[in-house]
Amino acid sequence: MRRVQILRVVAAKLLIPYILLFGLYVQFHGDFGPGGGFQAGVIFGAAFVLYALIFGIDAARRVAPQAVVDPLLALGVLVYAGTGVVTMLLGGNFLDYNALNHHHPVHGQHWGIFAVEFGVGLTVAAGMVTLYFSFAGRRRGS
Amino acid sequence: MDARPQAVPEGGRAVDQLIDILILTLLAGTAVVIVRMRGLLAAALLTGIYSFLGACWMVILDAPDVAFTEAAVGAGIATVLMLATLSLTSTRAKPPTRSTLVPLLVVIVTGAALWYGTFDMPHYGDPEAPIHKWPDPSYVERTRVEVDVPNVVTAVLASYRGYDTLGETTVIFTAVIGVMLLLRRPRREEEAG
Repeated sequence: MRRVQILRVVAAKLLIPYILLFGLYVQFHGDFGPGGGFQAGVIFGAAFVLYALIFGIDAARRVAPQAVVDPLLALGVLVYAGTGVVTMLLGGNFLDYNALNHHHPVHGQHWGIFAVEFGVGLTVAAGMVTLYFSFAGRRRGS
Repeated sequence: MDARPQAVPEGGRAVDQLIDILILTLLAGTAVVIVRMRGLLAAALLTGIYSFLGACWMVILDAPDVAFTEAAVGAGIATVLMLATLSLTSTRAKPPTRSTLVPLLVVIVTGAALWYGTFDMPHYGDPEAPIHKWPDPSYVERTRVEVDVPNVVTAVLASYRGYDTLGETTVIFTAVIGVMLLLRRPRREEEAG
């Protein structure tokens, strides 16, 4: 029991906050260094998986309820495709980010990349959490 | 992400080659051990090590984005998912009931064909290789003006090939929906216990 306690303190207090922070860093620093929405989503999701491994699936489900994770899974794709629709409404082609800012097309590119990477990150993070919950939520033979 | 080729001292190249050989030997060794193993728990963990070695190799090949993905997905999430699967099934593989000679023959023939195919491939790092000429090397130059993000990989994935990445995101979305439909227990059943 004592050992489990140490594991919980180390994981919850030391590791998980930094994993989440690192996920955010990879998400928003992907333009400048290695990484991007996909890698960030996996890292962010891995923090929840770690939480579920240590505190159990039921505790993790309370942190990341199905009613929140399921819509986020779809919202990510929606943000991505929605960015494309917005560029069309602004007079460009689908996913032509130059249309997002007619005065500074390069700024439009930055905004567009930010938006779609955010969408990718959302879908991947929610997807990883859902995958793990789906597998771990079943009992043997059920 | 500096695109200019840099002069590598001769000694550095030799060390690179040594690390290449070491990592590839470890990769092959890990693969053989995984195949021969009957305990699936250890095999699942070894696939994680295999992915880490792959990630190391990608770093040496100057592909940090790929290495990142390999380490996070291959070594992290995939290993956990495999362990979760093992907790639902059995942790020991059944010994093979049929002779393994025919599969071995198939693998050897396929491997030999692949190896024969490498004779036609350009040498590693050859500047004349098709991959450096096509589709258009000017992406690297144009990114600075047109997109202005330092990481060209991000510019290509999110902007020049934004349509492809939308497709990939949709693939992930669809795959997760599939897993949910197959594995998730209906809410009524869950409440009943």
